Amino acid sequence: MLTLTINGRTHTVSDDVDPQTPLLWVLRDTLGLVGTKYGCGVGQCSACTVQLNGAPIQSCQVPASSAVGQQITTIEGLAPAGAALTAVQQAWIEEDVAQCGYCQAGQIMRATALLAQTPQPTDADIDTAMAANLCRCGTYVRIRKAIHNAASKMAKTGGAA
Amino acid sequence: MNAYLPESLQKIYAQRRLEATELSRRGFIKLAGVAGGGFVLALSLGPAVEKASAQTPSGASHSLNPYVQIRADGKVVLFAKNPEVGQGVKTSLPLIVAEELDADWSQVEVQQSAISMQLYGLQLAGGSLSIPMNFDVLRRAGATARAMLVAAAAKNWSVPAAELTTSNGVVRHAQSNRSAAYGELAAVAATLPVPDAASVTLKPKSAFKLLGKRITGVDNAKIVRGEPLFGIDQRVPNMVFATYTKAPAIGARVVSANLDEIKKMPGVKDAFAIGAQGNPMVFDLGGAPAALSGIAILANSTWPAMQAKKALKVQWDESGASNDSWSGAVAEAKALAGKAPQQVLGEGGNVAAKFAAGKTVDAFYTYHYVAHSDLEPQNCTAWFKGDTVEIWAPTQTPQAAVSAVAKLAGIAEDKVTLHQLRGGGGFGRRLANDSVCEAVLVSKQAGGIPVKVQWTREDDMAFDFYRAGGFMALKASTDSAGKLSAYQNHFITFSTDGKTPVVSGNIDKAEFPANVLADQRMVQSLIASKVPTGPWRAPGSNVIAFCIQGFLNECAVAANRDYVDFLVELMGDARPLAPDPFGGVFHTGRAVSVIKAVAARSGWGRTMPPGRGLGLAFHFSHQGHFAEVAEVSVDASKKVDVHKVWVVADIGPIVNLSSAENQCQGSVVDALSTAMGLKITFENGRVEQTNFHQYPIVRIDKAPEIDVHFLPTDYAPTGCGEPAFPPVAPAIANAIFAATGQRVRTLPFNAEGYSV
Repeated sequence: MLTLTINGRTHTVSDDVDPQTPLLWVLRDTLGLVGTKYGCGVGQCSACTVQLNGAPIQSCQVPASSAVGQQITTIEGLAPAGAALTAVQQAWIEEDVAQCGYCQAGQIMRATALLAQTPQPTDADIDTAMAANLCRCGTYVRIRKAIHNAASKMAKTGGAA
Repeated sequence: MNAYLPESLQKIYAQRRLEATELSRRGFIKLAGVAGGGFVLALSLGPAVEKASAQTPSGASHSLNPYVQIRADGKVVLFAKNPEVGQGVKTSLPLIVAEELDADWSQVEVQQSAISMQLYGLQLAGGSLSIPMNFDVLRRAGATARAMLVAAAAKNWSVPAAELTTSNGVVRHAQSNRSAAYGELAAVAATLPVPDAASVTLKPKSAFKLLGKRITGVDNAKIVRGEPLFGIDQRVPNMVFATYTKAPAIGARVVSANLDEIKKMPGVKDAFAIGAQGNPMVFDLGGAPAALSGIAILANSTWPAMQAKKALKVQWDESGASNDSWSGAVAEAKALAGKAPQQVLGEGGNVAAKFAAGKTVDAFYTYHYVAHSDLEPQNCTAWFKGDTVEIWAPTQTPQAAVSAVAKLAGIAEDKVTLHQLRGGGGFGRRLANDSVCEAVLVSKQAGGIPVKVQWTREDDMAFDFYRAGGFMALKASTDSAGKLSAYQNHFITFSTDGKTPVVSGNIDKAEFPANVLADQRMVQSLIASKVPTGPWRAPGSNVIAFCIQGFLNECAVAANRDYVDFLVELMGDARPLAPDPFGGVFHTGRAVSVIKAVAARSGWGRTMPPGRGLGLAFHFSHQGHFAEVAEVSVDASKKVDVHKVWVVADIGPIVNLSSAENQCQGSVVDALSTAMGLKITFENGRVEQTNFHQYPIVRIDKAPEIDVHFLPTDYAPTGCGEPAFPPVAPAIANAIFAATGQRVRTLPFNAEGYSV
């Protein structure tokens, strides 16, 4: 039996789930947290990006068992029901980033981690950090803009991403 | 220009145009029912309204499927009729209604409508058709609802309707200083007759408050919160999770498999073979059921089903399967180019004489197959219940899906309920409903349980209706003044029947520049193939523009002409050319406008440092005139940096500026990606690429700066999901030539040693 800490809550995963199951599928199928997306299954597209102790990881490449005892944050954990959206989420809406929207949870999770480390990223910083995440619709120009927007929001409020 | 949609869609579109005409002639808006103290307005084809009305239960939610619903609490619910796959129609279509309704957009709730040909006409995400097909209908829907609310206020206050004004969801009577919110008027409005269509006036463009502005997407909040929206997110109680495994050689059939072994694997509930249905190798939009033979594995979640799929050992019968070879096709095409063409598509004047009298240019262009690669792999949830079937699908063609499912299940179409879910990308892939058919077959054979069939990325790449590859052997001449005098295109494409090109692998005999030249010859030869093909963003145009705009640039260079001058001269006098079957009209004046505007915005003609160049291309498709310029640098190792791309478009008035700009920006990135490095190859009928490591869609670090500008014109508004794509590749290729003197004649460019 696995015990996972996701978005600050403890989840117990029953024994019929193989502990080697990628975290992605435990999140999606076992726990119903479907905001994290399956895109390639081989660590190429990063649609499945979540944070492990604040660092972005590809959840399709991490067995659920190796996430035990660590803080897992998914897209659903950024602004739980009733809570205000984060600066990154707000910026994503304001810049109207999404087209199909499928990759954006992964983009937002990685952008949030980037801004926690680098509060005022340059375009080059953004390109380096975000190159792991594919957007098939090609919304990259807006992703850059939204990250700058979020950075300035955070600078004004002194708040977190 | 009019060859980009398969014949089946052309027929559907022609039929819809007829119906739309009939609709507006009859005054199609009818008050359809009263619900929950509000009123509901349905736009329908006629008899369906009465039928739906009779079935309408009380309450705010009902099965009527209207465009406009105003609730007593003031909420305006607008129904988005077409599938959303990233093209923005779930926002832009209701926005058109809201404009004429004078609704307060912040009080509008948008819902995906039900699927009903009777109530909504064609529901389709394809051909960049949503805006041109629905703009007028949706304006009328909004304006008629507004007129009824005004009439209700006039009745309540005993004043002439002409004295009333509306804005932001409120009716006002200035003389008596009275006002009422739409929600307060809804109950009375519901009792009033629907005004005659002729009496309902539409706003002048100058009065638009919403259209043409930047409006953010209605699902943005759900997207940033990670709420369930997409096909893959669907859960149904007691649903099982399935994979479906097809043969590596496309079209092979299951003979036997290690099913007993598979069934013993952890989490696996069942496994069985399914026979081929219909004709799964040929793309179909008409609702014919089709599925490839394969093995279904059902499990308690996705991962065990995927693990069992890896352990599957299948014996396949490859008779009848594809044994196509890309390298073989290339050799055959080169041989065909040197022979007389098999077919003449069209010809005019005397090409041979012009060639003899002028300076000729010959070139052979090649373009590979490509996959759609929607980031959300194909999937569908289905529940076969015997006499009814319920489907949850991120399809681009829900009505065709319903039709196919009904045939598969042997039931009437009204016994099929399709829940339209958001698609994680479309690009034409979800015009086909193969995944829907598979899910229904699996649910049925599993005994009528709800099943989600989830394709892996590898499935998605190996079983597509690909953009067809192909070849063009081009020849043209310029006269002594350096003007294009004659043109010949020997178009070499693939065919499954030996007579006609594969789906979306065709070219129209009037394709530019044949439509502006007296002396031209369009001829064709076919290569036998079984590789399934289908529409892929800007079908036809996405490769034709590359070949033609690259080749015409070659002609301009050979004649020592500036490309802008050369193209503008070729367009001749400003005039509309013959309309295509979709009502699209290539207008040479509009073409010249966008070409000149993009030249001005990009600083065309400025001096560039060594290794850096500007390239321009123009293309007309999907009723849109687009000219684009790319600025690139190329280093000694043939690494290309695309610094900036300028897009100038004439698509008439813009509905949602944010969305239209986004589509253009996305098209530039998508086209850059596809031009630089994307290709699908196959040998012995097997696709050679398996996942993104072999299919390098560009990342953020390769995304150029993009300048998008729409010319403010008064032509009818047209779509924006596709026509920005075609000019990108030739603009980059022409810029590479300007920078290096090297001509790229192959898509993708990495086949000629370039990298990005």
